[in-house]
Amino acid sequence: MGEKKSIMDKIAESSRFFTTGIDDKDIEHWVTIHIMGRAYKVPAGLTLMQAMEYAGYRFITSCGCRGGFCGACATIYRNVGDYKLYAALACQTRVEDGMYLVQIPFVPAEKANYDIGEEDYDYTTIVKYYPEIARCVACNTCTKACPQDLEVMDYIQAILRGDFEKAAEGSFECIHCGMCAMRCPAGIVQYHIGQLVRRLYGRNAFKSPESLKKRVEEIKNEIYEKDFEKLLCASTEELKKLYTERKRESD
Amino acid sequence: MADLRYIEGYPEYMYELIKVIEKTRSKRKDYVPKQMTMEEREEVLKVHPDFASGGKRKIKIGVNKGDTAPFEVADLLEAYPLIDEGDVDIKKPDYDVDIMIIGGGLAGTTAGIWANIKGIPRERILLVNKLRHGDCNSIMAEGGTQAADRENDSPVIHFIDAIGGGHFTNKPDVLKSLVTDGPLVMEWLEELGALFDRNKDGTFVERWGGGTCRKRMHACKDYTGLEEFRVIKDEFQSRKIPTIEHKPVIELLTEDGRVTGAILANIETSEYQIVKAKTTIIATGGFGRLHIRGFPTTNHYGATFDGAVIAYRAGAKLRDTDTVQYHPTGAVFPPQIVGHLLTEKLRSMGAQPVNIKGEAFVFPLEPRDVEASAIIRECYVKNNGISTPAGLKGVWLDIPLIDVKNGKGTIDNAFPGMKRMFGRFDIDIAKNPVLIFPTLHYQNGGIETDPWGKTTLEGLWVAGEASGGVHGKNRLMGNSTLDCIVFGRKAGISTAEYIKSSKGGGKLTLKHLERYIKSLKEAEIPPERKTPILLPDYRGKKALARSIKIF
Repeated sequence: MGEKKSIMDKIAESSRFFTTGIDDKDIEHWVTIHIMGRAYKVPAGLTLMQAMEYAGYRFITSCGCRGGFCGACATIYRNVGDYKLYAALACQTRVEDGMYLVQIPFVPAEKANYDIGEEDYDYTTIVKYYPEIARCVACNTCTKACPQDLEVMDYIQAILRGDFEKAAEGSFECIHCGMCAMRCPAGIVQYHIGQLVRRLYGRNAFKSPESLKKRVEEIKNEIYEKDFEKLLCASTEELKKLYTERKRESD
Repeated sequence: MADLRYIEGYPEYMYELIKVIEKTRSKRKDYVPKQMTMEEREEVLKVHPDFASGGKRKIKIGVNKGDTAPFEVADLLEAYPLIDEGDVDIKKPDYDVDIMIIGGGLAGTTAGIWANIKGIPRERILLVNKLRHGDCNSIMAEGGTQAADRENDSPVIHFIDAIGGGHFTNKPDVLKSLVTDGPLVMEWLEELGALFDRNKDGTFVERWGGGTCRKRMHACKDYTGLEEFRVIKDEFQSRKIPTIEHKPVIELLTEDGRVTGAILANIETSEYQIVKAKTTIIATGGFGRLHIRGFPTTNHYGATFDGAVIAYRAGAKLRDTDTVQYHPTGAVFPPQIVGHLLTEKLRSMGAQPVNIKGEAFVFPLEPRDVEASAIIRECYVKNNGISTPAGLKGVWLDIPLIDVKNGKGTIDNAFPGMKRMFGRFDIDIAKNPVLIFPTLHYQNGGIETDPWGKTTLEGLWVAGEASGGVHGKNRLMGNSTLDCIVFGRKAGISTAEYIKSSKGGGKLTLKHLERYIKSLKEAEIPPERKTPILLPDYRGKKALARSIKIF
């Protein structure tokens, strides 16, 4: 048993760097970054988020999933000697020496309210709720601001052409961080429009599977109730037997 | 870490090791290790963190006194409240609602919609969030949602898969709800416009999940949770149901064993507020950020067990507190994403775990605890793992094999999220394998409920990961997003009916805390330990040591 315990200890020890605060003695390489204008020396190779934590920040906002899916940690930064302003997710971006950054914890933007089942599946629905989409001047600033590297302007333009399939595909990996809307000179809230288009497309572009309808009917007619009555009373031994006798469908 | 030369995102020595597995790839294309027998499973599970010795103790106080739980969990249960009774005036509620939902992930958001569908006016519902609405684990779910809707499948087969995967410890009547409602919620998601992977004829693309005997995994590329959540959130917001962000619940309010409201705290200003609610739905998710047994985690920043802690103090019963799910495939390289999830869908579509010698050593789709154990054994017992510069060990997940089996371009098309995540660190998953090791993923147990999500306490419901019973001691892939939507919906419907029958409500008191504090003192628990912890703390050791309180 001692052997097994030591496996767990080894795992915990090797993961320490990633589960508790970072200790200086573990670090060989350093860079300097500026958080809201203040310089901090931080370990090289960390994400912006890890670096801010190393520097002493305990996030109460601007930190959500830590996995690149929620958009809470949107951050803007510039690098020394570079005129460009970049947008990034703090949890998915490595620190670089000299960068100066600030987080955007909230994006003011209005979302339209609708009943998706009642809306026409065409361009008129988009213009009804988001007329400002027509103000797009195709400057492509939204695309440059996207930390997911989506072709934001392309999907907005696709919507203007009524090509919902292309727009749904092009906006599919949007995590609603809002950086596009913050930069748009026309005041378009691209991510909300993308959401409406994807829902319209998802609801209207596909034929509903027959097998799903049939199964739903069966469930509503309670045809599985008898089987479940038996299963709910079954002993563990009986369940084990059913489990081990399952036949796996072919690949 | 010393200076290393990197090739295609890997240090040179790791890049050399990749050649070993490239050599065996063509052989492994048609070779899949056999599934384990029940005996073999039992044997390998001995190295699983749940079964390896140490790490746990008996809970000293409360309803589950005497049950076993990881130290990290027991510590949070055996702890004092953040407030003393004199600190707050609970008499005047700031909000008075029919339904308070705590936690805006997939389960909580679904609950709000269904309560509204069932006739509760939107202004009588309140969703409160610790972080933002949607900063949750649900959106990180990648692989899919199980639902038995194909002709050769049935809710009964789904039930048997899940109860076997859960080692026959699932609560059967609750599991029945899960599998029976699967197709119903798929139909609902379809109506809402969720973009599932489809075949040309409109049927869903359905794939394998670990431990299933039918292909019933419905995916939205590798963004399943994100797509389901954002569609559901959009519906929720379109119904204009009130939501509060950045105000965690720090304690429930009760009267005679009935939950009647809660105390919120503004996470930025610390101002407290009182909610009076006829019914409360806890949908606060799990506990990955407790880093049980020192494991990295896939979980979001707020996964700190708060819901269970406050419910437990109020007298709710927990179950299966002794088990934790470690996802078999967490990233171990590059260091920026250690612990991040690599979806099981990769293995559904043909990726294989492979050791340093280039051998496929385990059937790729065992139930998660078995698969995770086999990887731990390979690294730490058989010493066939690969070490990273940061000192972690892992085995390869041979992702390029997916394209070998299914044709070039399959990976790019099916896994844009994975491709992006690794691409940010110069690794092309279509070309090279990645290193993986089990990562803390899911709270199998939680607050016990009935088939409608109702707890042992009057006025209190639970939905999603915070609940316990439906998955027993091990959850299968694709059953958690399903759990969230099924039991979110059920809790919404059930609370609505409860309210329509004029039930619910009561005085706002903190009497349950008095009792709890008394038993804490009797058990000689140190008074410094206070919960809920709300957020983890990853501040650097040096900055933390120099931190002083100036306000």
